[in-house]
Amino acid sequence: MSDSEYILEAREISKLFPGVKALDKVSLKVKPGTVHALMGENGAGKSTLMKCIYGIYKPDEGELYINGEKASVTNPKSAMDQGISMIHQELHPIRSQTVSENIFLGRIPHKKALGIRWVDYTRLYSEAKEVFEKLGIELNPKQKVQELSTAYCQLLEIARAVSFGAKIIIMDEPTSSLTETETEILFRIIRQLKKEKVAIIYISHKIDEILQISDEVTVMRDGKMIGSWLSSEMDTDMIVGKMVGRAMTNRYPAGDHVTGEVYLKVENLTSSNPRSFQQVSFEVKKGEIFGIGGLVGSQRSELVEALFGLRAISEGKISISGKEIRIRNSMDAVRSGMALLTEDRRGTGIIGALSITDNTLVVNQNLHPEKYTRLHLVDYKKRNKAAHEYVEKLKIKTPSLKTAIQTLSGGNQQKVLLGRWLLTEPDILILDEPTRGIDVGAKYEIYELMEKMAQEGKCVIMISSEMPELMGMSDRIMVMCEGHKSGELDRKEVTDEKIMFLASTYKVG
Amino acid sequence: MQAHIKWGRIMKTKSISKILVDYILYICLVMMIVIIAVISPSFVSVRVLSDVLIQSAPKVLLAMGMLVVIISGGMDMTVGRLAGLGAVVAGSLAQTSDYYIKFWPHLQEMPLIVPILLSALVGALSGVVTGLVISKLHVPAFLAGLGIQMIIYGGNLLLLETAPNNSQPLAGFQDSFTKFGTGSVMGINYLVIVAVIIMCAVYVLLNRTTLGKNIYATGGNREAAKVAGINIFRIDMFVYILSGMLAAFAGCMMAARTGSATAAYAEGYEMDAIASCIIGGASFAGGIGNVPGTFLGVIIFSVINYGLTFIGLSSYWQYIVKGLIIVVAVALDMRKYASQQ
Repeated sequence: MSDSEYILEAREISKLFPGVKALDKVSLKVKPGTVHALMGENGAGKSTLMKCIYGIYKPDEGELYINGEKASVTNPKSAMDQGISMIHQELHPIRSQTVSENIFLGRIPHKKALGIRWVDYTRLYSEAKEVFEKLGIELNPKQKVQELSTAYCQLLEIARAVSFGAKIIIMDEPTSSLTETETEILFRIIRQLKKEKVAIIYISHKIDEILQISDEVTVMRDGKMIGSWLSSEMDTDMIVGKMVGRAMTNRYPAGDHVTGEVYLKVENLTSSNPRSFQQVSFEVKKGEIFGIGGLVGSQRSELVEALFGLRAISEGKISISGKEIRIRNSMDAVRSGMALLTEDRRGTGIIGALSITDNTLVVNQNLHPEKYTRLHLVDYKKRNKAAHEYVEKLKIKTPSLKTAIQTLSGGNQQKVLLGRWLLTEPDILILDEPTRGIDVGAKYEIYELMEKMAQEGKCVIMISSEMPELMGMSDRIMVMCEGHKSGELDRKEVTDEKIMFLASTYKVG
Repeated sequence: MQAHIKWGRIMKTKSISKILVDYILYICLVMMIVIIAVISPSFVSVRVLSDVLIQSAPKVLLAMGMLVVIISGGMDMTVGRLAGLGAVVAGSLAQTSDYYIKFWPHLQEMPLIVPILLSALVGALSGVVTGLVISKLHVPAFLAGLGIQMIIYGGNLLLLETAPNNSQPLAGFQDSFTKFGTGSVMGINYLVIVAVIIMCAVYVLLNRTTLGKNIYATGGNREAAKVAGINIFRIDMFVYILSGMLAAFAGCMMAARTGSATAAYAEGYEMDAIASCIIGGASFAGGIGNVPGTFLGVIIFSVINYGLTFIGLSSYWQYIVKGLIIVVAVALDMRKYASQQ
């Protein structure tokens, strides 16, 4: 039966987790030599389905067919033996070893002598080189992984999969941390893989990319399969519509705010680190959404972190409503009405083991301790009430308030963090890549929230690497390049080209 | 959300194996007591029970301090040696004026509060140093503690060596001090009362104060806590000072109970304290841990300690049994998390 049209077929897979039905009779058919995009909001079940296919989870129901034959995948090792490989969102290479050693991890070529297996370095390097040549990756097999960029680590994982003879490669958000040039390299390799008749299951939130690289699109929602279509017959609005279950013509809330007087004024802010931001000045008006654009490495995040008292500055003045303020630590910033949703949700946002309630209150319990205590002792009723209010307001999906935040999906984690800051009733809301890795529905909710804040006369500052989002949301955009402010654009005059130009060029003076 | 809640209810009808995993500590304790009692029925008596509790009292203090530190994401390796120092400091200040080798020959008799407060003060000072070394010099907690506990031990030995004491164990304590260690009210030993009060205080600190919430948050994710406006430095200093104070005070309690003090007191107790926290459900990663579990951990170790000698086994067996319990308890705990996947 190896003449099946499909290299991989998942039939009616179901998976239950305590409290949630993560997959409900989901079927997926993948043809060899194609890129099959899998889309859906966070929590739709894409990653769960992939983990079932890759043998990390055991499905409660359903069957898996490889080349038309029933297959049993019990763990990642057996998946790999049957030609399935997965490239994870977060990579864990052994950084101190060479790229070749990483590719052949666990099966390094060896020679036997005196009863000992000696590493055969000549073969190791030549075999690695072979794989690289096959894929058209320019890499020295002897290079240490720690010298590579994230993009190359990703390519390394692909090379590893290919060296296993993988026929099906699952890529989970492969471009989430890649620059545009790096994404191009990845796409070139994907096209190369297609020629080798390798099937690729491609999970991504970036619709432009999906339309560009994929042959077929399958959309999931709430653990169910919505359908599969040829990518050539789809456009952005159609895909978004399928994902959220409703037609969505306007992806950004209406802009154009009535802005008031200047509220936040930053003058000549300069980092103590000479390689970071230098002499940055800007103003944000009341009721304005102020965008900050730039490429990776433009020091945008460092700038707002310094504004928030998390990084040292050597020079500069910050004033609110014309009054100069000093910010020595994040509590000072919080007291002056600032809130910062950081870029790295896991690293500096969520407190994984703690509950939704504890995560929601972690800032405000120190800003307004009296609100959550009685006779100076913590009052759990008051705490839960405050957290519950934001779970409702932000439509956070969680089994209970006691649930550890790490078990929620990315979008819901982000909403809890937003709730954490909204609870402090900030005047200046700083959002650093607020929608990264978040599904379309949650994205729109975050946009609406920003809009609401602006309409209430608050300042909203947003850093974003997504050009449409930056242009669609901001009243004004400051563009940074290598630590310097390279220009400022008004909503009316802004175009992709102008932003890209400013982001990649900075001239002194 | 409605559907999710329903699921939660269904899950509450636990299987036997889940109950076994969840209550393994209680089961362990009961099983041990039953086994010991079968071999030697007189083990189940008020006197033995109170002996076990009295023995546990100083260890409860060490474990409670350690628990707060572990929840904050750290570890305090100094507490064993610090208790030894606390014993010597308190003992030296509690001697009667007519004792023939008085440690401070020119000092008059001190009221009970002096040895208690001074030992706690010494512990607090040590905590300041430990906190600063970890927080400001960025020395990993384990290594900082390893170094500082050696310094404490050396200092303690040198202190005891000074004339006229010449490294003799301290003895000749005043009645008030001895009574603090051995006396009781309504049949309950003072030390047990102190341990219960401290335990309740730590429980309230962790569960009912904003500071406690901040300690959990700091241990759960330091960087996120920093962004959230929590003063990490202050948390670090607080937990190590608290742990130091409790440790040195525990040493004072041991001196009062045994009527003697040497630098070797409480040697290695930091390990027991850590083990009690961990088998009680705390996590080295920080952000997780609770008072009742830790208390149970201490009691289990004391029952092993006392019970094995009681049934006439070599006391060396206690190490093997303790070791097994640590490994099994943590392994079961890991299974609890693994089964969530």
